[in-house]
Amino acid sequence: MQKPFSKILIANRGEIACRVMHTADRMGIRTVAVYSDADAGALHVETADEAVHIGPSPAAESYLVGQKIIEAALATGAEAIHPGYGFLSENPDFVEAVEAAGLVFVGPSAAAIRAMGLKDAAKDLMTSAGVPVVPGYQGEEQEAGFLAKEAERIGYPVLIKARAGGGGKGMRKVEESADFPAALASAQREGQAAFSDPHVLIEKFITSPRHIEVQVFGDSHGNAVHLFERDCSLQRRHQKVIEEAPAPGMTDDLRQAMTDAALSAARAIDYCGAGTIEFIVDGSGPLRPDGFWFMEMNTRLQVEHPVTEAITGVDLVEWQLRVAAGEALPLAQEDLCIDGHAFEARLYAEDPAKGFLPATGKLGHLSFSEGARNDTGVRSGDEISPFYDPMIAKVITHGPNREAARSLLVAALHETHVAGTATNAEFLSALAQHDGFVAGDFDTGLIERDLDALIAAPVLSELHIALAALVALGIDPAAPRTGWRLWGAAAHEIRLAHAGEVNTRSLSLAPDGSVALQDSGETRLTLSQIRLDGPHISARLGGSGARVDGVVRDIPMPTNRLVSILAGNVVRDFDIPDPRSGNARAADHGDAVVAPMTGTIVHLDVNTGDLVEAGTRLGVMEAMKMETALIAPRAGVVADVLCAVGAAVEGGAVLVTFEEEAAA
Amino acid sequence: MTILESSISPNSPDFAANAEAMEAQYRKIASAAARILQGGSEASRQRHVARGKLLPRDRIAGLLDPGSPFLEIGLFAASGLYGDEVPAAGAIAGIGRVEGRDCMILCNDATVKGGTYFPLTVRKHLRAQEIAEQNYLPCIYLVDSGGANLNNQDEVFPDRDHFGRIFFNQARMSAAGIAQIAVVMGSCTAGGAYVPAMSDQTIIVREQGTIFLAGPPLVKVATGEVIDAETLGGGDTHTRLSGVADYLADDDRHALALAREIVSHLGPAPRPTVDFKAPQPPRYPVEDVMGVVPANDKTPYDARELIARLVDGSDFAEFKPRYGTTLVTGFAHIDGVPVGIIANNGVLFSESSTKGAHFIELCCQRKIPLLFLQNITGFMVGSKYEAGGIAKDGAKLVTAVSTASVPKVTVVVGGSYGAGNYGMCGRAFGPRFLWMWPNARIAVMGGAQASGVLADVRRAAIEAKGGEWSAEEEAAFKQPTLDMFEEQSQPLYASARLWDDGIIDPRKTRDVVALSLRAALNAPVEDTKFGLFRM
Repeated sequence: MQKPFSKILIANRGEIACRVMHTADRMGIRTVAVYSDADAGALHVETADEAVHIGPSPAAESYLVGQKIIEAALATGAEAIHPGYGFLSENPDFVEAVEAAGLVFVGPSAAAIRAMGLKDAAKDLMTSAGVPVVPGYQGEEQEAGFLAKEAERIGYPVLIKARAGGGGKGMRKVEESADFPAALASAQREGQAAFSDPHVLIEKFITSPRHIEVQVFGDSHGNAVHLFERDCSLQRRHQKVIEEAPAPGMTDDLRQAMTDAALSAARAIDYCGAGTIEFIVDGSGPLRPDGFWFMEMNTRLQVEHPVTEAITGVDLVEWQLRVAAGEALPLAQEDLCIDGHAFEARLYAEDPAKGFLPATGKLGHLSFSEGARNDTGVRSGDEISPFYDPMIAKVITHGPNREAARSLLVAALHETHVAGTATNAEFLSALAQHDGFVAGDFDTGLIERDLDALIAAPVLSELHIALAALVALGIDPAAPRTGWRLWGAAAHEIRLAHAGEVNTRSLSLAPDGSVALQDSGETRLTLSQIRLDGPHISARLGGSGARVDGVVRDIPMPTNRLVSILAGNVVRDFDIPDPRSGNARAADHGDAVVAPMTGTIVHLDVNTGDLVEAGTRLGVMEAMKMETALIAPRAGVVADVLCAVGAAVEGGAVLVTFEEEAAA
Repeated sequence: MTILESSISPNSPDFAANAEAMEAQYRKIASAAARILQGGSEASRQRHVARGKLLPRDRIAGLLDPGSPFLEIGLFAASGLYGDEVPAAGAIAGIGRVEGRDCMILCNDATVKGGTYFPLTVRKHLRAQEIAEQNYLPCIYLVDSGGANLNNQDEVFPDRDHFGRIFFNQARMSAAGIAQIAVVMGSCTAGGAYVPAMSDQTIIVREQGTIFLAGPPLVKVATGEVIDAETLGGGDTHTRLSGVADYLADDDRHALALAREIVSHLGPAPRPTVDFKAPQPPRYPVEDVMGVVPANDKTPYDARELIARLVDGSDFAEFKPRYGTTLVTGFAHIDGVPVGIIANNGVLFSESSTKGAHFIELCCQRKIPLLFLQNITGFMVGSKYEAGGIAKDGAKLVTAVSTASVPKVTVVVGGSYGAGNYGMCGRAFGPRFLWMWPNARIAVMGGAQASGVLADVRRAAIEAKGGEWSAEEEAAFKQPTLDMFEEQSQPLYASARLWDDGIIDPRKTRDVVALSLRAALNAPVEDTKFGLFRM
C-alpha cells in the first residue's frame, strides 16, 4: 500500500483522534497528537507516535488555537493535519493558515467550507443547483394578503415564525388557510411584544420529520461518489443519539433522488473530501421521492461515519488521507454497495435522571462488548473532565439485516460496563428496544414524546444489592468454611450507598453455601450455588431457582471504594463507605448548596447576609458548555459564599451556606 | 498411602437407626444452642438496640473478616444454672479471623443481666484467655459489662481463678507479646475498668462507653460529688483528658472498624512450624459419622470407621496396628494439617497404654499435633491386669499425655470414664481444646458401676449386722445414684460447667478439629521433655 503521507498531525482529541490514528497506523503513517493540560495522559496521546502540548485545558486556549497546532505540525515534521470533527474542522481561516504554512489540510477547501457555512446562502446555492430545499418565504414583504398567498404556495401546514424569535415565542403552526390571518396577526403581535420586531418568516411544517443524510466523497480529479444514507432521526435536543444505515423504509426511488441531489450539491461547490448532506424527510407516511429537502452540508467527517463504513466496507479516514494527498477516489460509484445494516449508539457520561446533565468523574472501570466496534478515547481509570464533550464511546454494530444489527446493539449495550460516572447506557438500551424504533417507525420527535418511559427511574433491585454486597464484603460462599459457625449462622452487615442513599443490609450465610440478603431482619432474597470467577458472578435465585449472572468489580477510587455491578442489563455503582471514617457529619444539604458537578462559577447573585426565598437563583456555574443555576434549597439568610466568580470548583464542594433556621 | 476401607453401609437399617439415635441427641443440644444464641430477653435486646448499640453477635460479625469462621468457646456455659437465666454465661468467646489474624474475641452480652460476671462468666473469660495465651492469639475484649455480679461476689472476687486473674492474664499476655485490645462499648465499672486500662490499646465509643472505678452513685455516696456518667468516665474524658482510652469512636460500627485497623498493624502472625498439605476431603462423607456410632453405647465399633470420615483422603498411616489393638494410633492430615491420632477401640490394656505412650513420643519428637478421639470406659481391671502392672503402664500413657508439648485436641465421641479420661487427655491434661459430641457421657465411672459399688458396701454393712436386703430394697437404694450419674454425665451438664469447650455437631467434627489445630499452630511447637516413665 502506498503511503499518502509519512507523518500527520491530528488536531483533535478523544475518540476521533484515536480513530484517525488507527487508520494512519494501519497505513504506516506516523502520527502526532496535540494535547492540553487536562489530556496529558489521555489515550490519544498514548496512541500517537509523538505528542505536542499545546496549552491549558480550556479548548479555546488549546485545541481551538490554530497557530499552536500549525507550529506543532511544523516542529514535528508532519505533512498534513487531520482536524477530526468539531474544533477547527470547519474553520476556513484555519484551512488557509494550514495551507499557507505549506501543510495539507485533510478536508475540503476553505472556499467549500465558506460556501456551506452560511446557511441561507447555502440554501440559495442548493436551489440553483436543483436541490430541493424546505419551501418557505424569508422575504421583506410583510403584507398579510401576500403572506397568505405565499403560505398557499408553500402548502399547508405551515409554520409562521417571528424573524427575531426563539424559544417558541412568536411561532404559530397553521393547519389550513382559514386560520392563517388570525395566526399571522398573533405571531406578529407576539414578535413585536417580545422582540420589538413583527417581521415573520413562513416555512413548510413537516409533520413527522426524519433526519436522513447522505455521505458524499469528492476528489481533486473531479470525481464524486456517495456512500448511501444514514438515518439520524433519533435525536434529543438536536443531539443525535442513535444513528443507522441504511435508513429504514428507504425506497430505491427516494435513495436515487436523495443521492442525486447530494452529489449535485457536492459538485456545485467542487467538493473535495468527505462531506455530508443533511436532509429533512417527511416521515408522516411511506417515504416518497418528493418528500425530502436540503437542510445543510457538513464539510467534515461526521461523528456517525462508522455506520457508513460498516455497510460499505470503506475506511473513510483512509479515503480522506488519500484524497488529501491528491490521489483519486479508490472506488467508483458502481463499486459501492450496501452490505447489511449498521447502528451507532453514542455513549455519554451524562445523567438522564437529571435532565441529561453532563457527568464528570473518574471511570473506575470501562469495558465493552466484544460483539461491537467500540470507538473510544478513554480507558479505565481516566477522568471525564468538564472541559470537553463527555462522550465515552460510540458503540457500533453491523449485521446482515436491521433486526440482526439491532439485536447486536442491544446485546453490546448490555455488556458495556462503565463504573464511576453516570451514563446514558440504560437510556440507549431502552431506546434500542423502543417499539417504534424496533419497527423502524420513528421521527425526530420520538425521544421527546416518550422521554419519560425511556428514562424511567432506575430501579435498584435487591439482586444488585445482594451481588454487590457479596463482593463488597469479599465473601466467597463456595470457599471452605465461609462464615462457619459451631452453632447458628453468620450474618455480616454491609452498607452500600447508591445515588446518595445508604442501603444497610445483612448477608446471612447458611452452611450449605446459600446466602440470604436481609433488611432489618427481613429476608429480601436468597442466592444459592454462588460461583465467583474473577469479576463474574453467577447464582440461583431462591424460590424460582432462576439463574442470575453479573459482572461485579471492586474498584479502589481516590477517596472511596466503588463496587460496580453489571447485571440484568444495567450498571449500578455503589459507594462503600469506609467504616473507619465513622459517621462524621455530612454536609447538611438543607443548609448548604453544593456544586452539582465540577465546573466554573460564572455568576453569583447573592452576598453574605442576603435574605433569599426558596428557589432563588444564587449563582450560575458552567460545566461542559452547560450552565447550571444554583438554587436556594430553602428560604433563609446566606451565611457564607464560599466561591468566587471564575473559580473552578469540584463537584460536591459547598458553595453557599445558609444560617441555621431558628428552632421552631 | 493407606486408605481406610469402610465396612459400614450407609443404606443398612443399623446405620439408619444409629443416625436417628444420634440425631435425637443432636436435636436436644441444637435446641439448647438456638435458645442460647438469642442472648437476653426480647425486651432487653430491644432496649439494647434502641440505644444505638449492636447486639453482641452483630458486634462480633462486624469485627471479624467477612466470611471468617468463628470457633465459639463455651456456648453452653451456665446452661441450666443460675435459674437458667444467664445464656452463654453472659459473654461470647471464640476464635475468628480479624484482618487475616486468628484472634480471641471476648464479648460481654449486656442483654444478659447487664453483662455482669457470674462465677461461670469469670471461668469462661479465664478459659478464653488461657486459650489465647496457649495459642498466641491476640485478644479483643468487646466490653459492655456492669462488672462482678454482686449477688455472687464470694464466688467471683477473692480466689486465685476469680476476677483478678483476668487482669493478671492481661499483663502476662501483654508481656508475652500477645496483643490486648479493648473496645469499650458500654459500661466498664469498678474492677471492669481495668480491662481497658490494662489493654495495650483501647477504643471507647462516644456517649456510650464509660470507664470508671466508681460510677456516679458511688461517687456521690463517697465524696458527695454530683456528676454525670459521660463527664465522669465517657469517651471524651478518657481520650482527651485521662488517656485511659486511646481512640474515640462515633458508634459501635466505627469502634469495630478501628479495632480491625489496630489488628491490621499488629504485624504478621507467627509462622506455623508444621508443613501443611493441600486439604482434601475424606473419601467417605463426614455426615455419615451420625450413623457410624451405634445407638447402644455398649455396642463396640471400629474407631477407624470414624477416622475414615475425618481425615484427608481417608488416608491413615496406622502405627502398630497388630499390637495393643484396643488403641488405634496413626498419622494423617486433617484439612491439610498433619496430626497424630489416638482413638479408643475398647478398654485400655497394658499393651495399648504403652503403645499410646510410644506414639506420643513419636509425635512429640516430630512436632506433630495430637488428636484424641475419646471413647473409653477405663483401664482393664482384675488381678491378672493389676499383677501385669496396668497401673504402671497406664501411668506411662498419662505421663506422656501430660508432658507432651505438641498441641493436643480432644474430642469425646462416646464415654469418658475414670482413668480412661486421663489417659485420653481429659480436661485436666491441658488439651488446647476439648470438644464433646451430643452422645458423650462423662463421669468417674458408669452409674451402674457406681451404684453397684455403693450397694455392695451397703449390703455388706447390713449383712454384717445380720440384716437382710431385698432386691427391691437394693434397687430403690441404687436408683438415686443411677439418676445422679445419669444427670451429671450428660454433655450439657458438663458443658454448662465448662468441663469442655463446647458440644459440637458430629458432622462438624472435621471443621472443629481443623480450626482447633490451625488456631493452636499460632504458637510455636515447643520441644517436649517427658517425665519419668515407670518401667
